[in-house]
Order: sequence, then C-alpha cells, then structure tokens
Amino acid sequence: MSLSESEVARIAHLARLALTEAELVAYQNQLSAVLAHVEMIGQLDLRDVLPTTHAVRRENVVRDDVVRPSLDPADALFNAPETAEGQFRLQAILEE
Amino acid sequence: MDLSALTLTELRRALRAGETTSVAVTQAMLDRIVAVDNDVRSYLTVTDELALEQAAAADARLARGEETPVLGVPVALKDIICTAGVETTAGSKILEGYTPPYDAFVTRRLAAAGAVLLGKTNTDEFAMGSSTENSAYFPTRNPWDLDRVPGGSSGGSAAAVAGRMAYAALGTDTGGSVRQPASFCNLVGLRPTYGRVSRWGVIAFASSLDQISPFGRTVADCAALLQVVAGHDPRDSTSLPEPVPDYEAALTGDIAGLRIGVPAEYFGEGLQPAVREAVGNAIDELVALGASVEAISLPHTPYALPAYYLIAPAEASANLARYDGVRFGPRVVGADVIDTLKQTRALFGPEVKRRIMLGTYALSAGYYDAYYGQALKVRTLIQRDFAAAFARVDVIATPTSPTTAFRLGERADDPLSMYLADIYTLPVNLSAGCGLSLPCGFDEAGLPIGLQLIGDTLAEATVLNAAYAYEQATAWHRHLAPI
Repeated sequence: MSLSESEVARIAHLARLALTEAELVAYQNQLSAVLAHVEMIGQLDLRDVLPTTHAVRRENVVRDDVVRPSLDPADALFNAPETAEGQFRLQAILEE
Repeated sequence: MDLSALTLTELRRALRAGETTSVAVTQAMLDRIVAVDNDVRSYLTVTDELALEQAAAADARLARGEETPVLGVPVALKDIICTAGVETTAGSKILEGYTPPYDAFVTRRLAAAGAVLLGKTNTDEFAMGSSTENSAYFPTRNPWDLDRVPGGSSGGSAAAVAGRMAYAALGTDTGGSVRQPASFCNLVGLRPTYGRVSRWGVIAFASSLDQISPFGRTVADCAALLQVVAGHDPRDSTSLPEPVPDYEAALTGDIAGLRIGVPAEYFGEGLQPAVREAVGNAIDELVALGASVEAISLPHTPYALPAYYLIAPAEASANLARYDGVRFGPRVVGADVIDTLKQTRALFGPEVKRRIMLGTYALSAGYYDAYYGQALKVRTLIQRDFAAAFARVDVIATPTSPTTAFRLGERADDPLSMYLADIYTLPVNLSAGCGLSLPCGFDEAGLPIGLQLIGDTLAEATVLNAAYAYEQATAWHRHLAPI
C-alpha cells in the first residue's frame, strides 16, 4: 500500500498535526514503507479468529462507589498554559 | 570500598551492617553522576536535594532496625513515571516544564519502602523507540561504548545502572523497551506480566501493552525492585489482584527438571553470529544445570511485528490526543482553535508524529477492519502460540535482540530497521506472559549480549529463578562497563 500526499495530509488533519511540505513528503515515504510491511498480516486466514484486546482477560472490574480525595483545583490548573476564574482558558470555539 | 561497584543486594547488606550509610552512597552516586553523566547523559533531571533528604530519612529508619528490599538504596525512574513536584517530560517538548501534581503508584511504593530517588532518566519520546535517540532533549550513550546507543526506549535508566549512577531503575516495556536496553548494557531487565505492576501515574503510550519493569545489575537486584512495586492497585482497573509471591525467596538456583523450549523462529535471518553462539552456549549451560530442552514452534512470530505496529500506534494515537495545549505543556497559538491544536502538536518529534499518523490511519473509517481489527486477531494467534508452548515447557529461551548495541545514527533514518530491533521482545507484550533479559556473553567488539527467558502468565518467580541459576554459574554480570 502506497499513500498519496493528499492521504497523508488527510491523516495529519485527522490527527491535528501541522506538517511542513518536507515532512509531508518524508512521511508519505516512511508510512508507505511501514504499511507495506504490516500488510503481510493479510496473508493469514483470520475469518474464524476472535480479536484479543488485552493481555490478560478481565471482565467487569468494579470498585466501591465512594468519595475519595481528589486533586486540589489549584494543583489541577498549575500546569495549564492559560487559566481564568479557576478554569482552563483557550480561544473561542464558537463565534458570537 | 568502591561504593558504586556494589550491587543493590550487596549495598543492602552493607547498609544493614552499618558499614556505610544511605547518605554516603547517595552522595557517591551524585558525585559519579557529576563525573560521568556529561558523557553518558542518562539523566534528564537529577533530584540531588530530594535524594539527600530521602537518604537521611532512610538512615533513620535503618538505625531503628527497619528492613525493606530497597531501604536506603538510590534508584532512578524513567521520565515517563510521574513524580509530584519533579518535572516529568516523557522525553518530549510537548511536556517541557510539566510538573505532576501527584506521584505514580510505583513512585509512592518506592518512597514508602525508603528508596532514594536520584532523578529522572532519559527516554525516547513517549517511549517510542529502541535507541533513546528519539528523546527530544539529547541522545543517551551506552556506557560500554559511547559511540553506541544504550537501546531504548528506557535507555536512560539502563545507562544509569550500567554506568553505576544508580543501583537499580524502573523503565517501561511496551515492545521490549526494558529487555532490549538491558541486553545492550549487560543488565537484568524483567518485563512482568501485564497488570502485575500498576500503571497509575505512568504517561500512557499503548495502554494494552505498557508495563513498568525493573532493571538491576543482578537477578536478585531485579527481584528486589519488583517485590516493592508489584501488586494490586484499585486505581488501575487492569492491575491484577493475584497475591505477589516472595520473589527473592524463589531464587533457589535449583532448576532440576525445568523444561526449556527453544523456538526455531527466534534464530532465523538477521541474527548476529556472536549472539547466536552466546545464546546457544547459555542454553547448554542451563541443561548442564539440570534443565531439559526441547525444540518448540511459535509459528505466528513473523506476524508479531506487523500486528504490534498497528496495535501500538493505534492506542498511541488515542492516548496522545490529550496533548492539546489546554491542560498542560506549552501552547502555540494559531489562527483558530483547530490551528492552535495543530501548531501545538507540531511540537511532537518525528517518530511520535509518525506513530500517531500510522495509528490514526489504522483506526480511520474504511481501514479499521483491515488494519486494527485484523491485528487484534493476530494477537489471538500469538497468544495461542504461547499457550500451546507453555503446555509443554516452563520457560522459553531466545536471544533478546538480534544484534548487540548499534552506533548512534546508524538506524535513525530508517524507521523499519529500528523497529526490527524489537523483533524478539515484542511478541511477549502481545502475549499474556512475562520476559526477562540477562547477560550471557560479549561479541567480538566487547559489547554485551542478552539471553531472553520468557514465562507464562505470572510466572515471574520461575523466570527469575531460571535466570538466577544461570547467573550463579556464570560471571558475565560481574563485568562492569569501562566508564
């Protein structure tokens, strides 16, 4: 499988990554090479095989629903690039 | 007494006997970091003041006669494990300056047991890599040969222990990131069964594969560190509730009757001749010690790498969506919110971007079934391979890595060749088992070679004891890096 430059641009948009023109070309080649390798799993007949998502099967892990100490708001906000009134602040998403 | 040359186990004895103090060995480690880490560059952050405070507190506990497997022992943590008040970057510019408001589970466990934190070690960015060259800060060098990589992604932790700048260290192993650097640096590295150690407070790369893993200079050192960090944690729902055995007590050195499987698939093309020979000799030694050997097959081994490079990037692309410049890390302001996200996330390094895009593609509409869905089915086949093998044998013996440490820059421009460095380790991450690497020889250039011993689910004690028996019969682990 070989990716086109526009497919790489589409993936980068989905992943929210700004790429330079040089990066776009480099990733086109590198991702195509990796995809060509991983496609060997297509050789296997997997029709009757169930998927495995985790190493050790565990189902319905539950715990008591009790109030526990949580982070102090000041600690939670400490690393944010911008805060206002005890909240994370960023640009407007919807214009008025 | 050269304090830095002691193993963790020897140091613990010396501390209990009052022959030295935690403050003295901590200062010796800090002095050695100053003396040699400009060349090795294993640490991103050295927590010298904190270390000396913790050491003084440990000395007070030692004076009261307290004992833990690591009381007063200076250790290092991979910079992907959160430490309250100490910068934690995951080797990335996108977390530059990030100061976690809480300690990871393992950080708490180590502190409670009285270990001394020397600092945070270098890593490939978000643990993505096999050489530590993908760190956004600087590459780490191998204490055995400064022109070569220490392996990765936990290369900083490996280089710190091999360079005698820590008595033991924690890394994380998602596809071999502890076993492969252990192999490159003449250390013991144990990747426990998934869920044996809580991942709470560890910066996530691939959540179904990540596992915190100890490095030591000996098997007993590794067992001591695992003893402290293993166990159930209700905050990690994937953490296993099974009781933790006494790992050090399991080190009897008696392996009479142990059945060892040797899979042909791990001795194929691309295996360096010196590695093949050393691993073959190690298996002979295990037989001389009373084990039996049989040829086994893990037929889906060739499909592990492709499955891994779909599953791990897919999980990474989801995990790394959180780096959006809102809650932590720098923000690069763009024309609108979407542009701000894109410009901020451009701070990721090339390998991280590559894997995010690979994962995004594997999960995208129209490709999900063909890539991610199929890879999960291959994971089932790999688990079946191991289950069939462990019905016949107790431990599987293989090389840890196809080659010894490569030179800096040698594979940096060819992602696929870098990925092949983990071809023998990553099947364990896809499986339900555990794996350990330990020293088993040197190549013609004097570079360390690792023997990998793979065990079934929660068979850490079996694997550790097999490794211990071999270690007691050989002297490879006594060779110290020439720095």
